[in-house]
Amino acid sequence: MNENSATGDSLSGLHVLEYPYRRSLGPVLSRFFTDLRDRKLTGIRDASGRVLVPPQEYDPETAETLHEFVSVGPGGEVVSYSWVAEPRSKQPFDHPFAYALIRLDGADTAMLHAVDAGEESRISVGSRVRPRWAAEPGGSILDLACFEVEEEG
Amino acid sequence: MSDAPEPITSIITPVRLEYDFTAGAAATMFLRGLAQRKIIGARSRPGEPVMVPPRGADPRTAELTLEAVEVSDQGTVVSYSIVRVPSDNIPFELPYVCINVLLDGAGLAFFHVLQECPLDEVRLGMRVKAHWAPDDQLDTSVTSIEYFEPLDEPDVPFEEIREHT
Repeated sequence: MNENSATGDSLSGLHVLEYPYRRSLGPVLSRFFTDLRDRKLTGIRDASGRVLVPPQEYDPETAETLHEFVSVGPGGEVVSYSWVAEPRSKQPFDHPFAYALIRLDGADTAMLHAVDAGEESRISVGSRVRPRWAAEPGGSILDLACFEVEEEG
Repeated sequence: MSDAPEPITSIITPVRLEYDFTAGAAATMFLRGLAQRKIIGARSRPGEPVMVPPRGADPRTAELTLEAVEVSDQGTVVSYSIVRVPSDNIPFELPYVCINVLLDGAGLAFFHVLQECPLDEVRLGMRVKAHWAPDDQLDTSVTSIEYFEPLDEPDVPFEEIREHT
């Protein structure tokens, strides 16, 4: 703790609260992450025929167990995005980027990921994106490092 | 890439929050005491329980606890838990024991770690004392107490600590 003139006579200091959770994936997300390591994108078909990405174990409407994995992507389309002008230390880039909802080709739902667009003017709703894969997969969502915007035409 | 055929069955998803903590008057007094090997609590008035660490008010009555009271660095174990689950941010060798210790003179149990005691000898009522950090490592931080260790004294009967267990 530090003496801090800004807080009168009180001590103050940096505190860090951190929980290093290890999360069990279950059979469906295990398949998703294992495929991701092998540079494949996988969804699952729900009871009404829609393809959910990321895949879910149970149908969100009927709760029945889902089994039918479907390959999707690798390209996709930006459904919405938020531009991160001043990234924080734990975010995937130290330069400005977008968090975007991306509907992969063949999917009916959108998934959240980072788009390394360089500058905000290069991304818009409807932009076509493609994955950039991590050079060294580590068994996390960042095995898919990010998406990048495809050049026009 | 595909030379690791085992499926991925879990992922690590850390939750992390960095913030500036301002201790306020009560905790500042407590932390400054620790840097001098003193454990300082507070009470609302004589006869009322001494809160350690002090939070500025009596949690039962919300009365301000403006009277500083130094308590002993010796006390009695009133509850404990054995930690066997590893975590990257735990500096102790597993398994280890967390204790609630009722310091002599305090009215509220204080949370810390017990060391130098075999697991099967930890018990309610056992007497313990603070093991302080070396002089050059004393700081306005709870790390000034490295851990608690057993004290060679008879146990306190359960009836005397019942309300704190």
